[in-house]
Amino acid sequence: MKIREISEILGAEVLCCHELLDTDVHSACGCDLMSDVLAFVKDQSVLLTGLVNLQSIRTADMMDMKCIVFVRGKKPDDAMLNLAVERGIVLLSSPLRMYIACGRLYSAGLAGMSEE
Amino acid sequence: MTEQLVLNYSIAGDDFTKAGEAAADFKTVLKKTGVPPDIIRRAAICMYEGEINMVIHADGGDAEIIIGADKIEIILADRGPGIPDIELAMQEGYTTAPENIRSLGFGAGMGLPNMKRYSDGFDIKSAPGVGTTVKMTIMLPKNRE
Repeated sequence: MKIREISEILGAEVLCCHELLDTDVHSACGCDLMSDVLAFVKDQSVLLTGLVNLQSIRTADMMDMKCIVFVRGKKPDDAMLNLAVERGIVLLSSPLRMYIACGRLYSAGLAGMSEE
Repeated sequence: MTEQLVLNYSIAGDDFTKAGEAAADFKTVLKKTGVPPDIIRRAAICMYEGEINMVIHADGGDAEIIIGADKIEIILADRGPGIPDIELAMQEGYTTAPENIRSLGFGAGMGLPNMKRYSDGFDIKSAPGVGTTVKMTIMLPKNRE
């Protein structure tokens, strides 16, 4: 799935890195606890989160993630946007709640990071 | 790469927003050295979690990273309050982080376990009132570019 499709499925606003919207991604995780994100290293490439601070960008960067979706319409500040641009991470803001956003992406074929 | 590369960082303790800057820089350096991406990721997470820990618990500290031919060594030293019971601190979910840190996405008692999980060698020494030193080793594959 391309990041562009994710933004469409979630009715999300693209906040930065428009040039990376055609990047392919294969799995995602939804989490507000960054240490939990860091605890399961898989090749997940999208982070859905309600946590809006610099550490959500840093965590995605450490995990080589390509895209962060902020749920419930949350918006990052300029410092976060600048960091995301510097590290090449697409930021999306969706009005959906976490559960709904994850469900829609999963239904559309974007896998989670199961231990199977 | 046969030469040894040494990186030194001073981790500020007063600003949570800066936590992770050193890990990001370290990661950028590693990407230029031909280390495989999965190893870069593990090493960067070790450094990141260590940095976060030093900011939360110890009012900052010093990091020295030695990138050698066969391994990466990350040495984190702080002059914080120290850890009275290391075995307890190593348990997943055990935390002494204040509540406000949880609202920032950390303080869930996963930092030290994550650091141990992703390093090939993990050594922690701590004395109450003196500080804590963590040494992590990440092995590198042979015949690297």
